[in-house]
Amino acid sequence: MLRTVRPWLLALLAVLSLGGCGYNEFQRLDEQVKAAWSEVLNQYQRRADLIPNIVATVKGEAGFEQETLTKVVEARARATRINATPELVNNPEAFQKFQQAQGELTGALSRLMVVVEQYPALKANAAFQDLRVQLEGTENRITVARNRYIKTVAEYNVLARSFPSNLTAMLFSYAPKPSFTVQNEAQISAPPVVSFDKPASK
Amino acid sequence: MLLRWLTALVCSLALAGATHAADVLPVPPLSGRVIDQTATLDAAQRQALDAQLAALEQARGAQVVILLVPTTQPEDIAAYAQRVADSWKIGRREVGDGVLVVVAKSDRRVRIEVAKTLEGAIPDLAARRIIDDAIAPAFKAGDFAGGLRAAITQIDRHVGAEGLPAPTEGAADPGLDLQDLAIFLFVAAPVLGALLTGLLGRKLGAIGTGGAIGAVSWWLTASLLLAGIAALVALLLVGVIGIGSRGGGIGGRRGGPVIWGGGGGSSWGGGHGGGFRSGGGGDFGGGGASGSW
Repeated sequence: MLRTVRPWLLALLAVLSLGGCGYNEFQRLDEQVKAAWSEVLNQYQRRADLIPNIVATVKGEAGFEQETLTKVVEARARATRINATPELVNNPEAFQKFQQAQGELTGALSRLMVVVEQYPALKANAAFQDLRVQLEGTENRITVARNRYIKTVAEYNVLARSFPSNLTAMLFSYAPKPSFTVQNEAQISAPPVVSFDKPASK
Repeated sequence: MLLRWLTALVCSLALAGATHAADVLPVPPLSGRVIDQTATLDAAQRQALDAQLAALEQARGAQVVILLVPTTQPEDIAAYAQRVADSWKIGRREVGDGVLVVVAKSDRRVRIEVAKTLEGAIPDLAARRIIDDAIAPAFKAGDFAGGLRAAITQIDRHVGAEGLPAPTEGAADPGLDLQDLAIFLFVAAPVLGALLTGLLGRKLGAIGTGGAIGAVSWWLTASLLLAGIAALVALLLVGVIGIGSRGGGIGGRRGGPVIWGGGGGSSWGGGHGGGFRSGGGGDFGGGGASGSW
């Protein structure tokens, strides 16, 4: 009697302890992280789709500074070359690369927007202003999506590291997931250089 | 359900604490459709805008809130508006159609924050047009109420063209449905039953419990029928089955505060002032546009 019941008891115990050690919680949060990451990718894609239009409009402006424009195009090419899949969240190295490429694109774009200020014709161009509003909205959405991803990953990582759910994580090899960090740490920690000289090249 | 409310409450409290630590402006309580911290609008103007927004919600179902603050520093207006929208979650619970208009008077900045549901009805460009065409010229002339009135009219038109589900008339108060009443009944009856049977004996205690439960249900639901049923059930529970007459009170007592926490949680997601409360469904993903005047 006892012998026939024992395997069932053991199985029941295993199921109960899995539930108690956060197995289901891991599945739930894992899905949430994936969803949040997809939203991040979605918004980055939206930005990448917008850039060709911006570049085309700016190119139409006579004598526009070519270097800034080229940098945007190159940064976009680098960022879209990375195959951004949902599995990226489980690969910290690829994640870092992706983040760096997108960060460079952000930098190149913001420089472009600063340079544009020097061209009154572009500022008066309605089509360009529309694109600019769309870009601004996309950057806002990226920020929101990234923040939500950071929050979800934090929740997941806390679960993966705290007792007793860390045992479950060890058993099924659930590693903590990578999160976004400040991209230009070096730039922020260095004091800003303030110069009142007039730019020489103009 | 109650648990979810509680966690949401705890989360929002934790968030509030976190943002406070980061030295940014706290999110103001949602006290009405028009919140003016700058004393720019007089009472009549505020009431007129409020009526206009109430009419919009009645006709379209969408919730629009206007917030005037002196400044959003040290944050950008987009970051501030996002934070406020995230905590208020204006928009119907099932639809999530909310719009938040933030005016930072000293910064001379304005932002229209659009919930995801309405991003199709009011794309970023449309939001920008509303700012450029309706808000900025009037604000430049110092006519804040006029600019906001024109903006609401345009938002109304955009939302009307979207074909959202029609607002349901006399929607049930989400704070207290039959399910909550049942939970209340099954937790409160044993507690009260244990107390009253201890004091008055089983028969009188059961009748007393039934009467008290009935009275409370009547007060909560304003329905005599429901109250009568609740009283009867309580009477049966305590008198016949004997729940709570001995020892059962411990589990019940532990459940007691949870119910009250849940009751308090039902008003979470929006203070009720002037008959307005947030639907709690608006999911803001950074859509909308900012501008200055």
